[in-house]
Amino acid sequence: MYRIRLHGRGGQGIKTGSRILGNAFFAEGFEVQDAPHYGAERRGAPIFASVRAARAPIHERGAIARPDLVVLADASLVAVAAAGVLSGVFANTTLVIASDEAAAVWKERLRLAGPLHLLPMEAAERGEPGLVGTSCAAAAARLVGMIGLASLEAAVRAELAELGPGIVERNRARAALVFERFAPLAGSVGEGIEVRIEALAGPEWVDLPHEPARLSAPDVFGAATSERVRTGLWRSHRPVLDREHCHRCHWVCSTFCPDAAIRAGPEGYPEIDYDHCKGCLVCVAVCPSHAIRAVSEREAGREREAGREREAGRERAEETR
Amino acid sequence: MTRQLVTGNGAAAWGARLARVDYIPAFPITPQTEIIETLAGWIDAGELDARLVLLESEHSMLTAAGAAAATGVRVFTSTSSQGLLFAMEMLYSVAGWRAPFVLVNVSRGLAAPITLGADHDDVLAARDSGFLQIHCSTCQEVLDSVLLAYRLAEDPRVRLPAIVNLDGFQLSFTREPVVVPDAAQVDGFLGPYDPENVRFLASRPVSQAVAVLGGGPYSYFRYEMHRAAEAALDIYEEVAASFAAGFGRRWDAVETWRCEDAEIAFVMIGSFATLARDAVDRLREAGVRVGLVRPRLLRPFPAEALRRALAGKRAVAVVDQNLSLGRGGILHSELAAALYGHPGAPPVIASFVGGLGGREIALEEFREMAAVARAAADAGASPAPRLLYTRSELRELRKLQGIAHAEREALASTAPRDPEAR
Repeated sequence: MYRIRLHGRGGQGIKTGSRILGNAFFAEGFEVQDAPHYGAERRGAPIFASVRAARAPIHERGAIARPDLVVLADASLVAVAAAGVLSGVFANTTLVIASDEAAAVWKERLRLAGPLHLLPMEAAERGEPGLVGTSCAAAAARLVGMIGLASLEAAVRAELAELGPGIVERNRARAALVFERFAPLAGSVGEGIEVRIEALAGPEWVDLPHEPARLSAPDVFGAATSERVRTGLWRSHRPVLDREHCHRCHWVCSTFCPDAAIRAGPEGYPEIDYDHCKGCLVCVAVCPSHAIRAVSEREAGREREAGREREAGRERAEETR
Repeated sequence: MTRQLVTGNGAAAWGARLARVDYIPAFPITPQTEIIETLAGWIDAGELDARLVLLESEHSMLTAAGAAAATGVRVFTSTSSQGLLFAMEMLYSVAGWRAPFVLVNVSRGLAAPITLGADHDDVLAARDSGFLQIHCSTCQEVLDSVLLAYRLAEDPRVRLPAIVNLDGFQLSFTREPVVVPDAAQVDGFLGPYDPENVRFLASRPVSQAVAVLGGGPYSYFRYEMHRAAEAALDIYEEVAASFAAGFGRRWDAVETWRCEDAEIAFVMIGSFATLARDAVDRLREAGVRVGLVRPRLLRPFPAEALRRALAGKRAVAVVDQNLSLGRGGILHSELAAALYGHPGAPPVIASFVGGLGGREIALEEFREMAAVARAAADAGASPAPRLLYTRSELRELRKLQGIAHAEREALASTAPRDPEAR
């Protein structure tokens, strides 16, 4: 059985990448299981997906414990313990990392025994993060060497069809390019050697002690932590105030804002806290004088001056780390 | 008929589509939402002729489902976890209306604390509601079980609603090869719903109600529901045989795997039972005589079939992916009650609780459970219940606790002494 894990962040197309890979394996006559694993769904949060492929029906489930191949779409996740990128990685695991740093740097940094390859990120992917998952799938497809380009391209078309011909074609082209790049490594990842059940170590079960509630209640306490979480990063559209039409009624938008992200300023105009506004656009809907409009973040980004843009990018990068 | 990669949620939606459902009251909750999204997409594309209505809560959703079923149309709905709990009052009520429909529950552990991972505390909370329960271990089984559930629930000898259960993530978002049968083939197995005397015409309005009753008549109606659920055991055999004849896939009320000559048997429900099956194959290779018994029906409880499957075993290892707080594994209790005092009953029934909140169960844990059960059989006494929890899990938990308690201490040290000083 092939056991492959794709790791990345919400928005990079990791789940889609796992489906492209699963679809391509299936087209080549394999039994397949592909599955995403994540916590609370959020853009930028760690996510990974498992792909299993075998010639016989698959009864294993859940996260892959001993992967033959791990493809990592965002190198910053190595430092996030909860992302579990290196979980179960052993001497036979091939690791592919999307990074601009040299493979030798990563070999030294991670001190892993198995093969390590780079997945170079193109400018196209930085502008369209969803391409990353497709790149991961294409690299994996070539590394196992059991998937033809035709099956891979058909899988891209099938899994992305709903998103329209433009996106399909950009992903297909990207898949074909990465597939070609990995040609020298074709077939270098094999099916994992099955470990005999009697040879497995553990389990080291423990008896859970009875502990007093002050220790064992699952409560988490923290002061004003919601202020520190920049939920504004979730937004796809932002409300923008048009002062010309605002009647300074003080209360409608700020009262209806479910995140208390709008307050009236000294002149009576509403001030929107874009660090915490999630872009629900309730304010746009309720404003009686139609003074708030919805602007897509992409558009808003273009409108912002270059300097501010750079600053926001630095802040985001800091948050990511 | 096509064999394609489908998620468990997709398989549930396919089941509803092939059953030609008329009405789908809906409310979103992770990890179930993909089911209603899929159905809504088909309705929008004109591929499914049904009415889907978003209600304002699961409580209303179940009320709408029962009310619609009581007019004689075929109803499908689905929920998960807290949603099922919120609907609980109406689960009991609509079952009492004897209006059959199918509810797909996508299992997810209950709060608090909160999890998105699967365990069966949600669906087992509905254990005594009058809903029949079918538990699935693969995506194929989800599709097939929705069809089986309609046949069973709508049978005039039964006429009770049914829950088809699948595990969140492990099935809901997991794609596997699934044979999607042709609509005509399904029509041959599951014809239009014949609601008998349950009919409603908009042109002839009537009110339907149930009455407030004293204990005597109340007992009659409640016990009739119990008898109907019990009768569903034999009727399920007919339905499963008819399904096998039409589709070539046999879904017994109790599935067994390599059990005939086994000394030790695992008993499990749900998707993690496929892990047990894999472990059984590997343990057999290592010379351990072990098998798997997987009840698919939990309500009605297939006690006789379980007794047959387990007769003569030296020990049983029950793996409960649920926890009755203050008692232990629910399947363990139910199985012990079914086996006790019957000839050939295994002398040892070991209780394991694992897979809570989607926690994985490792191969070596199955090996160890078999070893514990065998040692208990040698000793002639059932072992103490065991939570599947490892030293390294406890170490990671202690780390999280350490952070949480440090935060709390820090907060306490900066808090104003006099509350008025705020």
